[in-house]
Amino acid sequence: MLSRRTLIGAISALGLLAASPAAQAEEMFIPLISKGFQHQFWQAVKAGADQAAEEFGVKVTFEGPDNETMVDKQIDMLAAALANKPSAIGFAALDSQAAIPLLKQAQEAGIPVVAFDSGVDSDIPVTTATTDNLAAAGLAADKMAEMIGGSGKVAVVAHDQTSRTGIDRRDGFLNQMKEKYPNIEVVSVQYGDGDQLKSTEVAKAIITANPDLKGIFGTNEGSAIGVVNAVRETGTEGLVVIGYDSGTAQKEAIMDGTMAGAITQNPVGIGYETVKAAVAATKGEDLPKVIDTGFYWYDKSNMDDPKIAAVLYD
Amino acid sequence: MSQTIEATQPRQKKALISSGAQQRLLAFASLIVLLIVFSIASPNFMQTSNMIAILQATSVNGVLAVAATLVIITGGIDLSVGTMMTFTAVMTGVVLTYLGMPLPLGVVTAIATGAFCGFCSGTFIAKMKIPPFIATLGMMLILKGLSLVISGTRPIYFNDTPGFDLISRGSLIGEIIPALPIPNGVLILFIVAIAASYVLSNTVLGRYTFALGSNEEAVRLSGVNTDRWKMAVYALAGGIVGIGGLLIASRLNSAQPALGLGYELEAIAAVVIGGTSLSGGRGTILGTLIGALIMAVLTNGLRVLSVAQEWQTVVTGVIIILAVYADMLRRRKV
Repeated sequence: MLSRRTLIGAISALGLLAASPAAQAEEMFIPLISKGFQHQFWQAVKAGADQAAEEFGVKVTFEGPDNETMVDKQIDMLAAALANKPSAIGFAALDSQAAIPLLKQAQEAGIPVVAFDSGVDSDIPVTTATTDNLAAAGLAADKMAEMIGGSGKVAVVAHDQTSRTGIDRRDGFLNQMKEKYPNIEVVSVQYGDGDQLKSTEVAKAIITANPDLKGIFGTNEGSAIGVVNAVRETGTEGLVVIGYDSGTAQKEAIMDGTMAGAITQNPVGIGYETVKAAVAATKGEDLPKVIDTGFYWYDKSNMDDPKIAAVLYD
Repeated sequence: MSQTIEATQPRQKKALISSGAQQRLLAFASLIVLLIVFSIASPNFMQTSNMIAILQATSVNGVLAVAATLVIITGGIDLSVGTMMTFTAVMTGVVLTYLGMPLPLGVVTAIATGAFCGFCSGTFIAKMKIPPFIATLGMMLILKGLSLVISGTRPIYFNDTPGFDLISRGSLIGEIIPALPIPNGVLILFIVAIAASYVLSNTVLGRYTFALGSNEEAVRLSGVNTDRWKMAVYALAGGIVGIGGLLIASRLNSAQPALGLGYELEAIAAVVIGGTSLSGGRGTILGTLIGALIMAVLTNGLRVLSVAQEWQTVVTGVIIILAVYADMLRRRKV
């Protein structure tokens, strides 16, 4: 009796589920496998993908593991996506190596793969939709130069020296300073692993060592918040702090003036361009190796601008 | 000593056959229903490649769940299986990649590391009388931390060990029957399950595992060194977790040091869906295997149906509650 009741319950629940979403029409189907799902940044990427799906009349799904350590869960998601015989796939690899066998399978089946965000370290993807971190960090350098009056000492607190984003953001800032602002000296580049506490210690050390420092650039959310903490803890005044990405703490620091402003990526644009590129790839169109999804400078003055507010997350 | 066992054993066995079999049947029926529903709902679900993807997704969780079953039957719990798996993978990475040792030594390292960790948990529980929940919670954190420390928080790759990725990704079955390329990881899961099942039903260790879970006090009063047997069960479970560590490292061709948290809950869910009682004394490996398959089929099926991810999580939760509710109702009846 019991088993019958349970079974009937299970069947009806699944029946309901099966009835709604399984519209297996001939419309183009493009699953996106991202590096995360719950984080506001990824929800913004999803929003952009949905927007493009509506515009191009394709069906898009968006999935990602609970956190960025779950490499094997992401592989399972990719496997399930491939089973559905998609027209194309969007993929942001947590670990490129682990995904290679499945990506090869996609390639053999003639399913184009569009990499997004940090991309996939392989030549299988037809293109990569990502932020041009070099250019974005260059903009941070321009803003820094403008605010400190074109001369003086500045420093960088970077998140790491091995990842693509870490290298590009650091070099983008350093190169721009060297080429355009000969009177500005970058006295120190140090790494805090994107960890708020570590970055705080690193920034405090830099501030203590350079009393005449005019500005610090933090290359990601954790680094930037670390710099803000350091400024608050040491009671330093007049230091120009420039951050990267958003998040509640960073937005508050900008509102109360501790931080001058920050660079934000355009996660909505990443989602949108990924789907757009995937549609183009299925039609056999030529795509550039990298699609720049754009970035913005934001500060107290334009944070409420709808265009900016849409890409900032809490 | 043997008298007590004989005294508790018949009651034990009877309960196992009537209720255990019933729950297994229920679980198995749910699995079949799920397969049928998903097959009807999506033409892409029932294909060889997708079935293999499901088995592949079951392999690691299945092995962890087998280990968790042993511990849960003793009336204990092991929250450290996820991070222990990671720790054994990292240690394998140290031996194979950092020290450049040959492959078989890596395999031994994984299993020995797991067994040692399990032995430690067992010692905390049996000798220091720390409740299993707390002891293994501590172990979970210790091993998570050690994995990060030893690896320097970076993945360790196995590119220098040819053949390592074949442990999980290769297919011996596929070489014999090309139409059925079932990955070795799945084969290993089944071998582990059969071995564990044998230990549970045909050895002294197995009998004490059940006895500890149904009435530890009675077993101790009859002169059995319960501490020793408990430590043995945790060590055996740890060794099995080590095999899980090998499987995941081989599948990802890397030891990912940050991974592992949350895997213990999935393993425990598989055990419970499979009809093993969290209060101990009752459970089967076959049930656990079916439980792990249900979880994997459910996750894969909902994905193939393109159900929104938020809802996938909700449905998985509902299924777990239904399974445990069924277990409760049945036990009230017995």
